[in-house]
Amino acid sequence: MSLSKLKVVLVTGRSIEQGVSKERGKISDEYFQSVATCHMDPDDMKELGVKEGANVRVTTEFGSVVVKAVKSKRTPHKGTVFIPYGPWASIVVNPTTSSVGMPYFKGIPAEVEVAPKEEPILSLRELLRRHFGRG
Amino acid sequence: MSTSVVQSVTCPICGSFCDDLELTIEDGRITKVKNACAMGEAKFLYAPDLKHRWLKPMIRKDEELVEASLEEAVKKAAEVLAEASYPILYGWSSTCCEAIRVGIELAEEVGGVIDNTATVCHGPSLQAVQDVGLPICTLGQVRHRADVIVYWACNPWEAHPRHIERYTYFPDGRFQSSMWRRYLTRWGMLAQRKRILRALSTHPYIKAILPPLARYELSPELFVKGRKLIVIDVRRTRVAEAADYFIQVKPGEDYELLQALRALVRGIELEVDEVAGVPVKLLEEVVDVMISCDFGVIFFGLGLTMSRGKVRNVDLAIKLTEDLNDRSKWLIAPMRGHFNVTGANAVFTWQTGYPFAVDFSRGYPYYNPGETSVVDILLRGDSDAALVVASDPVAHFPKKAVEHLVKNPLVVIDPSKSATSLMADVVIPSAFVGIEAEGTAYRMDFVPLPLKKVVEPPAGLLSDEEILRMILHEVRKIKGVA
Amino acid sequence: MMMELLIKNGFVYDPINGIDGERVDIAIKDGRIVERVDERRAEIIDASGMIVMPGGVDLHSHIVGGKVNSGRLLRPEDHRKDYEVKTKVTRSGVGYSIPSTFTTGYRYSRMGYTTVMDPAIAPLKARHAHEELNDTPMIDKGFYPLLGDWWFVLEFIRDGKIEECAAHVAWLISSVKGYAIKLVNPGGLEAWGFGRNVDSIDDPVPYFNITPRDIIRGLCKVNQLLNLPHAIHIHTNNLGKPGNYTTTLDTMKCVEDLAIDDKPIAHVTHCQFNAFKGVNWKTLASGAPEIADYVNKHKHVTLDMGQIIFTDTTTMTADGPFQYILYKLTGNKWVNSDVETETSAGIVPIRYRRASYANAVQWSIGLELALLIKDTWKVYLTTDHPNGGPFTEYPRVIAWLMSRIARERTMKRLNKRAVAKMTLPSIDREYTFYEIAIATRAGPARSLGLKNKGHLGVGADADVAIYDVNPKEVNPSRQYKLVRRAFRRAAYTIKSGEVVVKNGEIVKSMMGDTIWCNIHVMPSLAEDVAKGLKKRFREYWTVEYDNYPIPEKYLSISYPMEIKAKV
Repeated sequence: MSLSKLKVVLVTGRSIEQGVSKERGKISDEYFQSVATCHMDPDDMKELGVKEGANVRVTTEFGSVVVKAVKSKRTPHKGTVFIPYGPWASIVVNPTTSSVGMPYFKGIPAEVEVAPKEEPILSLRELLRRHFGRG
Repeated sequence: MSTSVVQSVTCPICGSFCDDLELTIEDGRITKVKNACAMGEAKFLYAPDLKHRWLKPMIRKDEELVEASLEEAVKKAAEVLAEASYPILYGWSSTCCEAIRVGIELAEEVGGVIDNTATVCHGPSLQAVQDVGLPICTLGQVRHRADVIVYWACNPWEAHPRHIERYTYFPDGRFQSSMWRRYLTRWGMLAQRKRILRALSTHPYIKAILPPLARYELSPELFVKGRKLIVIDVRRTRVAEAADYFIQVKPGEDYELLQALRALVRGIELEVDEVAGVPVKLLEEVVDVMISCDFGVIFFGLGLTMSRGKVRNVDLAIKLTEDLNDRSKWLIAPMRGHFNVTGANAVFTWQTGYPFAVDFSRGYPYYNPGETSVVDILLRGDSDAALVVASDPVAHFPKKAVEHLVKNPLVVIDPSKSATSLMADVVIPSAFVGIEAEGTAYRMDFVPLPLKKVVEPPAGLLSDEEILRMILHEVRKIKGVA
Repeated sequence: MMMELLIKNGFVYDPINGIDGERVDIAIKDGRIVERVDERRAEIIDASGMIVMPGGVDLHSHIVGGKVNSGRLLRPEDHRKDYEVKTKVTRSGVGYSIPSTFTTGYRYSRMGYTTVMDPAIAPLKARHAHEELNDTPMIDKGFYPLLGDWWFVLEFIRDGKIEECAAHVAWLISSVKGYAIKLVNPGGLEAWGFGRNVDSIDDPVPYFNITPRDIIRGLCKVNQLLNLPHAIHIHTNNLGKPGNYTTTLDTMKCVEDLAIDDKPIAHVTHCQFNAFKGVNWKTLASGAPEIADYVNKHKHVTLDMGQIIFTDTTTMTADGPFQYILYKLTGNKWVNSDVETETSAGIVPIRYRRASYANAVQWSIGLELALLIKDTWKVYLTTDHPNGGPFTEYPRVIAWLMSRIARERTMKRLNKRAVAKMTLPSIDREYTFYEIAIATRAGPARSLGLKNKGHLGVGADADVAIYDVNPKEVNPSRQYKLVRRAFRRAAYTIKSGEVVVKNGEIVKSMMGDTIWCNIHVMPSLAEDVAKGLKKRFREYWTVEYDNYPIPEKYLSISYPMEIKAKV
């Protein structure tokens, strides 16, 4: 029996794949593939009933975004999910700066669920249009 | 066909700013990159590729970006900045100091706010330095002397791939030698253990406390001598697996852990079994290693600046280092991200006195992070125009900040297409500094190095510095002071 | 074509040419002092009732580079209270003790200074210093690379290879475009790499089998072999420690036998910090009389004061271990910055307080040095900016030097226990304007070997300061406040033949030269150095050989002094 929603802590950050692919172009497919992802602990994935490569919806107080679930290479980090820096992560991070100029890019309470079929992963341009009406 | 090899090329990627790259140029194209990491290689080989660059300046007309002449685009950009009452000029960390110098002059001229990417990176670290100082050193000092190296809340293997190999654990120095052999031995042991673990499929809690065990599997004499690597992180990263000690801290509890370490360094006994998810026994052992070394160094990353505590985390990490100097030699350094974010901070500081978030609207430099930092300005909705240079805030700022950024006129100077340039009203493409244009940039330890020009930029593309000078000139013309 | 200028009717103080307050007209053409100009064509400056001096020359002021910039970064509270608004001719900026680059240039210029040397740059970060110099307007400038703990120097001196050492030093100074050899706590900074220090000039440097004495003597010989224009510039061991005046005497004595003619071979800088008597802070006393006595009897050394001012300032030196002690002493925030293979640095904010016994003693030491050393050509006015106080407070020091009353008024507010022990109250000497001109321009210029600076003879650079104070009417001893005010805001500053300051305000922004020594050693030796360095470079540094030297085009206005070495 898998859960429908998993409460997790969201961490965003750099990954080597993101670092390499951004040099291949921020509008390239490689970049899209490397950053529109959510790295999860396999146990969490099991609990939620998602398979490698399935779409998940990550929701925080600040927004909701659909990305691809991938198994973390280095575990365990049960209860923590990782999304590389990029336009997809930015939709859900916490903008509060605590008066020091810095939003919360790490340690944000979030919920992960299997994405409904009608919500695919948006491409960069689709994402920009959907959220900012341009691009 | 002409082939040439350029040596001692600096790598315009990360704060490690390696300067030993060797490029092969064939017919004006880079075809081979030696000594670089995967990111560096990708940048030299693929970034100059035309398919993901703007080749002509673009201006938005009827909601579409259309080609324009350079003069037109510069004029439009200057108008946007000169007419705005509170423009922001943001980015700067991926361009050279020469361009940044012009950028600050431009910000002063238009009475705007200039901020660099440190604001969403090591901005809290800079504020912590202003609180408590910073005992730091150049990276070579670590290579020659450090026998304890701590990576805290950072992941050099992925973000600064050659940091360990060039500066910390793997190179030979005058007083310390390379730890390759130990690493390889441990790697073998780990692989074996993983196989056993997989077979056992143990309880996750047991796995969590396994890392320190790694050292007991090695021969003790191997452990006693030479450098030691300590990794503290919320995730078990690849560098964690190379470590002599790995401390897995609960997300958001670095502050507690730092406080506990400070107490232990000062000889206070902790009356609990566990702090931030880490057994106190392990901490006591680690502290013993830390105070008995000859030269220790802490490298810290965004895990401290971006999570709960922010500035306070870094304050404490620096105070811990200062305390450790009562017992041994200890230094601390932030792992700066972009290849010239340190340079941006340096130029900002010598021209204005402040490292980022500098507001010129009063006619002199004014600084108050939280008020004059760009994310706060955007969240408050105060700005009415923006110039973005060599950065991609649309991709990396929180959604709410981006919403205000794109609501107002947006000018972008960038060599490649990005989310931000797709949203811009004026795009002026530039040459890649460090590949197609020369300049100066600063390594994360404030060592300045030259950026080389190794190939010609695509026809018609100027450097960031030249474009900014043109805009500045145009702004002065509009304001009648040129 | 450049403007011709004629400064008429001023009282000229030009000690190098022996002019002591006489009315002499100064003619300027094409940036130089000339015999005469056509009075009908030239712009006339009427300096009636004013003092005319060569532009000020500061041979020790931390104004640029990694350490200074870290100081700026460290102290937003220092800038917030003191800022400069952008004008039509000037850029904006901030002060106070560590001003931003533009502000530094403007403030020096407003005081009539035209040449300033930064005394401590880590060679590895020299590029940074040049970047900042390129943003420092109004003054000619340069810097001294830190060489006293460079591994190459330590190894060659240990092996007795003085000529090789000289050739490497020549390579380094020419490569980083520096001006003179600087030693800071020689040997102590290398020891600081592992958190240690040396405690006398005969305390061996860990792992190098060499003593500070060897380093000082070695680099003194190197300096002579290279024919450098300035002496070796030494910040001695044990700086800031009670009892250190003996170390200073040892340092001066240890090169005594190397002197060839009357030319000074060692400059002991900010001597106040190194003239402490006593065994601890409670018993701190002035060692100035002993040091002055030695200096009065010898010709091979010069000093500068390192005077302290009672204000909130920022200490910054390459002396890492000293700065650590200061951090522990004050509990203030602390920056340390060790540089591989070369040197270290430290920064700690400080407030010098009148009520503090130690600070009051320090204040008296600086002035005692200047007043007890009989020959003004041997001791120059500095505050070791910003260590003793910001350079903008020089006029206050001038007033103390020129007026016994000014000193007494200050002493009234000082720690009583300190005043009771001071020699200073018994000193009657008061500097004349002529002597002030020596201490603030002619002396430093001569010490630096800058032949075109510090005087107003024909052929000299047309760097001139005019102060609105009439030496025939004003008695500096009583009316020291008028003098102080005049020196704060020059009536005119003329740089390279152009009026850049009028009535204490910048009227024209301009860029000065970056002065450096291009040292030529024998080609075969130079080749050996390059070959050896190329091979060993990666062992010593984490940057590449090719990326270390700074090309001349990097300097906004390069002024190389071509020097032929004896090796």
